[in-house]
Amino acid sequence: MAQDVLLNGVRRRRGMLARPIPRSFLRSPLALASVVAVAAWLALAAAAPLIAPYGPLAQDIADRLAPPSPQHWFGTDPLGRDILSRVLYGAQLSIPVGLIAVALAVVLGTLIGSLAGVAGGLVDEAIMRLTDLMLAFPTVILAMIISAALGAGIRNAVIAIMVAWWPTYARFARGLVIGARDREYVEAARAVGASPLRVFVRHVLLNILSPIVILGTLDVGRAILTFASLSFLGLGPPPQIPEWGSEIAAGRDYLDQWWIATFPGLAILTLVVALNVVGDGLRDALDPRLRET
Amino acid sequence: MNLQAYVGRRLLVLPLMVLGITLLTFLLSHAVPSDPVAANLGDQAAADPAVVAAFKHRWGLDRPLPEQYVIYLANLVRGDMGISITTHQPVLTDLRQHLPATIELATAAMVLSLLAGIPLGIVSAVRRDSLVDQIGRGGSLLGVSMPVFWLGLVALFVFYARLGWAPSAGQLSPRLALPPFATGFVVIDALLAGQTRVALDALAHIALPACVLASSAVGIITRMMRGSMLEVLGEDYVRTARAKGLAPRRITLRHAARNALLPVITVVGLSFGGLLSGAVVTETVFAWPGLGSYAFLSATSLDFPAIMGVGIVVAVVYILVNLFVDITYAVIDPRIRMG
Repeated sequence: MAQDVLLNGVRRRRGMLARPIPRSFLRSPLALASVVAVAAWLALAAAAPLIAPYGPLAQDIADRLAPPSPQHWFGTDPLGRDILSRVLYGAQLSIPVGLIAVALAVVLGTLIGSLAGVAGGLVDEAIMRLTDLMLAFPTVILAMIISAALGAGIRNAVIAIMVAWWPTYARFARGLVIGARDREYVEAARAVGASPLRVFVRHVLLNILSPIVILGTLDVGRAILTFASLSFLGLGPPPQIPEWGSEIAAGRDYLDQWWIATFPGLAILTLVVALNVVGDGLRDALDPRLRET
Repeated sequence: MNLQAYVGRRLLVLPLMVLGITLLTFLLSHAVPSDPVAANLGDQAAADPAVVAAFKHRWGLDRPLPEQYVIYLANLVRGDMGISITTHQPVLTDLRQHLPATIELATAAMVLSLLAGIPLGIVSAVRRDSLVDQIGRGGSLLGVSMPVFWLGLVALFVFYARLGWAPSAGQLSPRLALPPFATGFVVIDALLAGQTRVALDALAHIALPACVLASSAVGIITRMMRGSMLEVLGEDYVRTARAKGLAPRRITLRHAARNALLPVITVVGLSFGGLLSGAVVTETVFAWPGLGSYAFLSATSLDFPAIMGVGIVVAVVYILVNLFVDITYAVIDPRIRMG
């Protein structure tokens, strides 16, 4: 009987893992379109060197500020560079940066939050008050402080997002750890003599990981958006590197040449909308605990 | 716990929070592997040994770290946040000049997003899955997924460059003089001085950036209001009201919406932080002379004292807004005070 229940649990788990994207999710046309859009962006980013009509740095000064045409589908920028090519190459930067920034913040936040949850007492109190204070700084301001100290650049923009966001994950992880640490199976593991580290990693951490990862997935779009904002403000990569935010910034002084800012903006918009829809859908399907009303 | 005790306790914690903010900014400014002399003085001054020595002495850079913090704090209490490298003015003076414009813009955006988001949330909940609901949900999704600086540029292009409906960027038309300083909010100052034309001009200038800045907060507030409204519509007292035969409109507005508003109030405080972040980028697009433009200028020119000042002010404003929101909430909903 007990074995039956156990097996049942295992079977259900396997079933869930075997179908990471549930069918009900794909039935919604918006969700389906979003999955396709995310996949398309990943493919475009990977294939950018093959499909981009020009190099990201190739200049054609004679053809600068050219409107969209068969030669340049998205027009050219003030330096005569092909905007379509730069948008495609931009995906190669924005997508990994968004993923890495969130991943770093999730790892750091989970470690610190778990520490607070496991240690309790003064350590917990100190960490929670620190997160309170950190959350009072808006991301962009914090990023500006970090960039002013360390200088602008991709690495420092990623550090800025990580420093600004870990408190959210830390608070979330702490709550989950506190909920999981007194469960019967954790106590059982302790009772059979497992070391505290093993109990924590195998029985607590592994069980709280899925909601944390889902929360992180939800934030990838927001991270891409934040990175673009920092680049727009000149706190991202140097100007020659194709990046959507800094390309939009280049269009700021050329309002009448609308194509300079419009296409990189549409790139961000389509990718982030799709990521947000997919993230919402995955959350609702995989972890109803996180569902919003 | 009664209301006074709750407010008292929150006010007692406030200085501790502000102290924590200063400690955090102090550690940030000392933990980073940059040379504070170079970061604070600029090249020319850093080449002069006398200036460097004076700077080190004033900020106690030749003392142990805890002592440095005390000196930093003492300077801060006197309103000394250092001299901005870019403007050559005391940072405090700069901040005082720029803060009102940002508060004005953020407040206008917040009012706009409440005016749009609350009715939209109510209608979306009452007519669930209707066209309005679908549009509202699509709009919220776009609002949180759109780069606000891009939306600003598109808005400027459409409404200023093409249609000519909106005035150019900035806070006031160049031919008009700023009204005499009273509150720092240009619209209010102009009205106080009886300069209706200036007030109208300022209103016309704030409309577009405020709408752009409100774009993401509208989505958040609509979603919150919709969710909260759906929850309240399932309550017993709403059913009772229906059973009594009250008009649906009256039930929606008096019985449901009033109660559904409560949790939305807390979101107002929390999304104020996002609004301040958004204000930084929006201001640079619209040449709005606020903290965002100042922060942008100082961050890109590595003006460390200035950007630290912005950080402290913004964090303190955020804490104050949330304190105000929490107290308002406690006044309206006695259940909070019990917690």
